[in-house]
This record gives sequence, C-alpha cells and structure tokens, in this order.
Amino acid sequence: MNGRGDLLFEIGCEEIPAGMIAKAAQELKAILARQLSASGLVDEPTVEESIETFGAPRRLVAIAKNVRLRQEDVRREVTGPPKAIAYDNLGEPTRAAMSFAEKQGIPLSKLSVVNTPKGEYLAAKHVIPGKPAAEILAKDLPEAIHEISWPRSMYWTTADSPRFIRPIRWIVALLDSKVVPFTFAGVRSGNRTDAHRFLGKRAVPVTGPRDYESKLKKNFVLCRPAVRRKKIEAELNSLPARKSLRAHADTALLDLVGYLNEYPTAILGNFDPAFLSLPEEILITVMRGHQKYFAVENRSGDLAPHFIAVINLPRDPKGLVRAGHERVLRARFADAQFFWETDQKHRLGEYLPRLAAVTYERRLGSYAEKVERMRVLARWLAEQWFSGGVARADVAGSDRAAELAKCDLVTEMVREFPELQGVVGGLYARAQGEPEEIAWAVYDHYKPLGLDDPLPRNLTGCAVALADKLDSLVACFAVGAIPSGSSDPFALRRAALGIVKIILEKDLPLSLSAAISAASRSLKEHAPRIQASPEIEKQVLEFLLERARYILRERRGFAYDEINAAFAAGADDVGDAVERVSALKAIRNTKNFAPLAASFKRIRNILEKSAGKEGKAQGALQVRRELLREVPELQLHTAAQRIAEEASRLKKEKKYRVALEKISELRPAVDHFFDKVLVMSEDEELRRNRIALLGSLLKEFSTIADFSELGAEESR
Amino acid sequence: MKSNAHSLKRREPEEKLKGLTFQDLLFKLEEYWARRDCVLQQPYDIEVGAGTMHPETFLRVLGPNPYRVVYAQPSRRPADGRYGENPNRLYKHTQLQVILKPSPSDIQDLYLDSLAAVGINLKEHDIRFEEDNWESPTLGAWGIGWQVLLDGLEITQFTYFQQCGGIDLDPISVELTYGLDRIAAYLQGVDNVFDVCWTKTMKYGQVRLAEERQFSAYSFDYADKKTTEHLFELCEKEAKRLLALYQETPPAARQRFPLLAAYDFCLKCSHYFNILDARGAISVTERAGMIHRVRDIACRTADLWLQQQNPAKAAIARSAS
Repeated sequence: MNGRGDLLFEIGCEEIPAGMIAKAAQELKAILARQLSASGLVDEPTVEESIETFGAPRRLVAIAKNVRLRQEDVRREVTGPPKAIAYDNLGEPTRAAMSFAEKQGIPLSKLSVVNTPKGEYLAAKHVIPGKPAAEILAKDLPEAIHEISWPRSMYWTTADSPRFIRPIRWIVALLDSKVVPFTFAGVRSGNRTDAHRFLGKRAVPVTGPRDYESKLKKNFVLCRPAVRRKKIEAELNSLPARKSLRAHADTALLDLVGYLNEYPTAILGNFDPAFLSLPEEILITVMRGHQKYFAVENRSGDLAPHFIAVINLPRDPKGLVRAGHERVLRARFADAQFFWETDQKHRLGEYLPRLAAVTYERRLGSYAEKVERMRVLARWLAEQWFSGGVARADVAGSDRAAELAKCDLVTEMVREFPELQGVVGGLYARAQGEPEEIAWAVYDHYKPLGLDDPLPRNLTGCAVALADKLDSLVACFAVGAIPSGSSDPFALRRAALGIVKIILEKDLPLSLSAAISAASRSLKEHAPRIQASPEIEKQVLEFLLERARYILRERRGFAYDEINAAFAAGADDVGDAVERVSALKAIRNTKNFAPLAASFKRIRNILEKSAGKEGKAQGALQVRRELLREVPELQLHTAAQRIAEEASRLKKEKKYRVALEKISELRPAVDHFFDKVLVMSEDEELRRNRIALLGSLLKEFSTIADFSELGAEESR
Repeated sequence: MKSNAHSLKRREPEEKLKGLTFQDLLFKLEEYWARRDCVLQQPYDIEVGAGTMHPETFLRVLGPNPYRVVYAQPSRRPADGRYGENPNRLYKHTQLQVILKPSPSDIQDLYLDSLAAVGINLKEHDIRFEEDNWESPTLGAWGIGWQVLLDGLEITQFTYFQQCGGIDLDPISVELTYGLDRIAAYLQGVDNVFDVCWTKTMKYGQVRLAEERQFSAYSFDYADKKTTEHLFELCEKEAKRLLALYQETPPAARQRFPLLAAYDFCLKCSHYFNILDARGAISVTERAGMIHRVRDIACRTADLWLQQQNPAKAAIARSAS
C-alpha cells in the first residue's frame, strides 16, 4: 500500500474580487503544505515543490503531486516488566505479565521479549495502521477553505453557514482520479468543473491535474494567471503596432485585467480626437481608473485617440463589444469635459471660500483654516531657504501656491475623480494663466506619496508640500490623532516620510525643530488656535527622525549603529547628519578607527561607573595639567588638544571624513594611556583628574558622531 | 441642418427600432421575474433615492420569512440632476428592483437569463461581475456583490444583503437593481437617454424632459434652505414621536400601530436631506450628522418592525399546532 497519486482541488466561486485572488492562492498553498506534511501524506522536505496553487475569477485551484494514497503505518513498541519478573521459574507468566498484557490490550501469547542494555524485558508491539488519504483529505480540505482569510467575507444563505469571499458553487476534489467526498456550505465535492460562463460547457468532468488545464482551455478558461498575462501582453504589443502606436505601460493594470477575465482578449477601440484637448492626466484617469482600459500613445509619447480594452471573450467578430466600450468611454469623456468647462466658469481662487465648509478634522477646523496655516508655513520655509543662500526660493509664490493648493477639493472634477486632487488644481491654475512655477507647485503638493514616488518638481512645490505635511503632523499630534499600530487615518507616517525625503533629496537647509516650531506657532496663531506643547513638538521631531532612520537603513544601506552614532551628535539638520553617517561608514573599519571606537566605548563605561560612584557629572571637572604625572597621560592630553583643534576646523568645513581620519590618529596615544595608566588610582585627586581627561575626550570627539554607539545592539 | 434632418427622421414611427422600447424592456423584465414567483409590486408613492428604500425591500429583507418581489422604482437623486442637458445623468432615473429571499443557488444564471430575455446575446457581449460592495449609510444597510458590466457599461448592481436597518440578516436576500434607462439606451444604440424610444412613437425626452429641467432647477436653484431644513425637522420629529409612542403602546394594541407611517417619514427626511445636499446648503460635518439622524430613525424602525412582526409569527405557530 505505498501508492501515490495527484490531488486536484478547485474551489468554484462566483466572481472573486480581482485584487484578492493571487494572495488567496498563496495562502491556500501554505495551508495545504501545513496539512499535508502534518498528516504525512507528503514528505515534509518536498512539500513546497509538490504543491502549486493559482486562481482565476471563478476558481482557486491547488494541485499536489505525489500524495500518498494511504498514511504509512506507525509501529510502536512498549516495554513492560523485566522477563525475570514476568515469568516464574517454571516459565509461567506472573501477575505482572498478565496485567501488562491487559493494559496493552494484547493477548499474552503475542507479547515478545526484547533485549535492552538493562537486560531482557517483556514488550508489546503495536501497529497503528495509516488511514486512507481520502479520509484525511475529506476532513482537511473543508478546513482549508475555512482557513483562507479575506478582507471582507460574506454569508450567502443563512447566518449559521460558513463565510467566504463570494458564494461557493462547486468544488472539485480528486485524488488519483477518485472523488474525495465532503460537503462545504451545502456544496458536495465532485469531479465536475464549470468553464467559461457563456462559451464553455457547464459541469465539465475532469479526472485530475492531467486533463484539468486542457479541458478548461477547450472550454475557454485559461486557468493559469501567467498564461492569461502572457496572452494579454502579446496582444497589447501587437494590436497598436499595426498603426505604429503603442500601449501605455501599466503593470498594475495588466495584473488587474489578468484577474478580471478567464479568457482575456485585448481589443483596440477609438474615441473622438476632439477629446484630446482635455489634459492627458484626466483622459488616462478616466480610461484606467473607471474603465480599466490601457491608454495608447504615438511614437512621440502623446496620447492617441485609441484605447485598449481587455474583454472576457476570444474575439469580437461583429465589433459589438468594441462599439459598446467606445460608447461608454464617449459618455465618460463627455462628463469629464463638462466638469472641465463648468469648474472653470470660476477661477481656481474663487473656490477658496467654499473650503470653509469642508472639514479637515473635527477639532482642527476646515480646509480654509488649514490653508491659512499652510500659507504662513510656506512663506516661512521660502524665507529660510532664501536667507540660507537658496536664491530661487520665492516667498510670494509659495504663499500663492499654498493659497490655491486645496481649492480643487470642491470642484466637480475632484468630486468625480478624487485620485486627481492636486493635479486638477494644477491644471486649472495653468489653464487660467497662473505662473508655471505656481501651477506645478499646486499640481505636485501631495507628492511624494511613498518612498518611490517622485518629489515636487520645483522649489515652490516643495515649500507647499512641506507646509501641508508639517501642518498635518503638528496639528494632528496636538489633538492626539497620533498613529498607532496599523491605524493612521491621516497618513501621518507618509507625511513624515515625505518631509524627510524632500529635505534629503533636494538637499535643502532646514532645521527640523525650527520647522516644527514654525508649524506649532502658526497652529496657535490661527483658528482654531490650538496649542502644541513642547512635549508634543519633541514627539513630532522624534517621529520625523524615526522616518529618517528608516530611509537611511532601507534605502541607503547604512547600519543601525552608524545611524545612531551620527544622530547622537545631532540630527536636527538631517542633510548634515547624513553626511556624517556617510563619513562614519567610510571610516569605521579602518586600521586605527575601529580600535579607537572600542576605546571610546570603554571610556564611556568608565565614566558611567564613576559617575554612579561619585554622584557627580564629569562635565563639570576640569583637567588640571599639573596633575598629569605620567608620561602617557600627558602625551594623550597634548595629542587630544592638537587633534581637537584640527578636527574642529575640518568639521566647520564639513570635511567629516578627513576630520574622522584626523581623530583616528589619536589611537596610539589612547592605547598607550590605557596600557600604562591606572585610571582608578588610589589617590583621589589623580583619579578625578584622569576621569576629567577621559570626559573631555568623549566630549570633544563626539560632535560628529558618538563613536561609543558603534557596535551597540539594535534596540528597537 | 443635417443633424436637424437626422433627428426629425428618427421621430418617424415607421423607422425600424433597434432593441426594445423603454416600456417593453420594463414589461419583459417584470414578466420574467413574475414568472419566477416574484410578487409584481408597484413603485413606492413617496420620493425615494433608490429601490432599496421601498418598504418592499427595506422591511421585507428583515426577519425569517421568504419573499420574492419585483417592481420598478423611479429614483430621485437631486444632486445628479443636469437640467436635462446631460446625455447620461438624470435627476430621476428608473430602477428595476428584484428581491429574492432567500438567495437561490443559481441566482447568477437566473439573472443572466433575464438579460437574454430582453434580447442580449450573452455570447457576443463582454459581461462581467466586478467587485462593488454596496452601502447605504442612511439606511444602515450594506451588502457584498458586484456591479455587472455590459461591454463596460454598468447595468446592474448585484448584492447579497448582509445588514439592513443595522440588523444582521438571516436568511440572506439577494438584490438586483437594473438601471433601466441606460439599458434601454444601450439596447437601442442611442447615446443620449432623451433619445430613447419610450414607445414606438414617443421619446424619453418627450415624456420626461420637463420634469428633469424643473426638478433640477428646484434642487439646485429654487429650494429654500430654511424651509427644507424645517421640513426635514418636522418629518424627523413626527417619525420620532411615533417610534416613542410605540414603546408606550400595550402589546395587545401594537399590531395596528403605524410603524409604516414612521418609516414613510424617515423616507421624507432622506429626500429633504438630498435636496439640501444638492443645494450645497450643508457642510461636510453637518452632512455626516444628518445622515446619522436619518439612519437612527431607519434602524429604530427596522428594530421595532421585527418586534411587531414576531407576535404574529408566534400566533400562526400556535394556531398551526
């Protein structure tokens, strides 16, 4: 009974939401792998490769190869009393033997004697026969259906029946061509699958993984996502090429339509070129977001009056489907055109008063009030940059862009296409003759939306984007709307990440704490006049620095301790902190630096210990040169003074790398000192002076980075 | 001149009509579902924003009793009005509403057959079910389902009701809401809903244009904010008065207690709210507050309605035994 066979398991559903299928298939694989290795039907080392799962709109499918048709028998031996006790000298079984046999449920005659290191013992051999795989699977497979998790599942008959993402209408469960019988939610497992809704046969019988795919294909279902995707891609390439056009690249959309159709086919449709007078952003949003069409562009990258729809049919011989899609798109474009014209009966700025009726947050007032605060901040930022030497910083322009930034929230276009907020305002501003710089600033001010999203393209846009995000952070923190766990309704983590990303990548001089204070001031001075305490400001700063650490770790490849060391010497100017981290990374493994860093850690330990003992801060202690009696301590003091002077000059010039190299030169003197000098001298005066010497070293040489942080364990 | 001549020609009664007339579409669908054991009901005679608000849906999906019903429901959406100038958007559109309780296991096939019954060749069109979970905050109702797309056009909202009036449903009802106006336009191959043939001789525009113009104008330009608010409050007050009174009514006298009237006032609140919204008279914060007030009445009504229906069930059970 060592046969093996293949398992085919298909959960047949009403249409599963396209975005959830791939993840559910993955989860199903993990569940089955766990079940099959737990039951021993598949050997654990091979379980990953023996199972594959995939999905299509109406099915989740699992195939497991080489499944045992029956579990292996398990043999177990239980030892009982020693033979000497089990049998008397006549060889007759004793009371002990009989009670052992009884306990084991085995007749005396079937007991055996085994040799053990301790001598001969009575033993009972049990064989637990393996169960047929079908019996185990009939219990496990319904469990697997239960276990798949969904964002929002449903009932479809009564509330005492199971939940799933959509109603289950059929189940195929075949092991070695035979049905694994069970019932789930009133559906009996069987050997029949359902094919394409309109073109295929209903209830197609299959025998297992061998004919499953081909029978479905014959009935117009391409069950594998990779096959569907390849077909769509090939057609996306070939269709427009005939007219020397090409489909707008869009991987996310490609994934989506691959899971929206069981037999996807791309068709090329047309629209009235007159609509090309609408901005490209709007046309693409209508095609992509609402209709899931690919936009089509000509060789120079401009939109062409065509689109590609992916339909769930092999062909459209009469052009009926194409005509339908064209008609729908025409109506959508006509709507967009209507919004474009209606909205522009007023200038963008004229929408500002209406923002008073749009709540930003209950306690933080309306968007009109937020805009007032943003304007002050945007101006302040531009002033900072201008006085910091960024000549193109435009104070009045930043103010104007902030004033216009949120106006599009009350336009018809954004009401219809919320994902175009900012973009629509920017387009209107440009169409209405606002300066290019300001129009782009409005357009871009929600950017960056993530780590990989581009930044606002100009400085005014950066000012508005920072003003918006800083205000959100400080204001929300002030009223306690602080992100926790997965709850971050105002997307403050994204805002903080955006702030750090803009400052770092645009290399803008800006003190974070000063920016936070400015936001806090404008929050206090404008309605609804909310006060952010110094404690809150500190929290916001730490929140921002946490994002900065994240970017440096994840995107720039710095190690945890390098970042901590540099940040410990100050990170208010994030750009500067990053330069110090870089210098540190470059030098940390050099011959002199690494041991020196270790010595600094030793110094810190000594100082901490002695501070504990003497209850006194060493910072207050002054080194008294006349007390430096030993040569090594005198040498160290002299070297430190010389190097400190040079390092401080280099630091001022921001030559951090060279400064650190200079500091490395301190190593021999430090080593020599620790070799020859006993810090904890019996003489209190000497001891205190040596501690003062070490304290001054730590203080002098930690302004670029706190070396004693290097090598520390990751604490978060 | 050319386009004028064209449109005149299309008014000729003898011109061959492509697809069903608007009223034939309605007849066919009503007949289709009536033959599948649905009660053929009439539209509700109070302004509603959707067929779901009709008591034949809102109240019937509550509780354990099976029910099947089909009815057309003219649905007023004041904010969607366009003075009859937009080819697709209407102040009042016509929904065909079907409720099947409990939901049959072949419901998708039944639905698709209804499309075939109105002349759609299912093999020649791109018909798909795309995720769209429906929710009505004012009714405390939501469900899981799809929008059904016909060659990219949304023609039906298909929902497995999970909750209504804040009450978890058991058994689950399925709700089909057909957008009749756009289906008719599609079948007839016209781009403008006002060009749809209502009958062989009358266009949709001839029947409905005046209504679209005037009610759009009323909702956007004429409705008096104070008066509408006042009407909202009056209806809310009356609904709440009734709901409170029910609690004080002795159980024996509750069978004839007019909870249905309380629900009518809830619907009126919802309509006045929609007018205020279209008029741009409410801020976002007020908006959430008013939705909450309507939902509160709807949920309390649903709750009391279930209580009121229960003794009857108990009585039937008693007489049967």
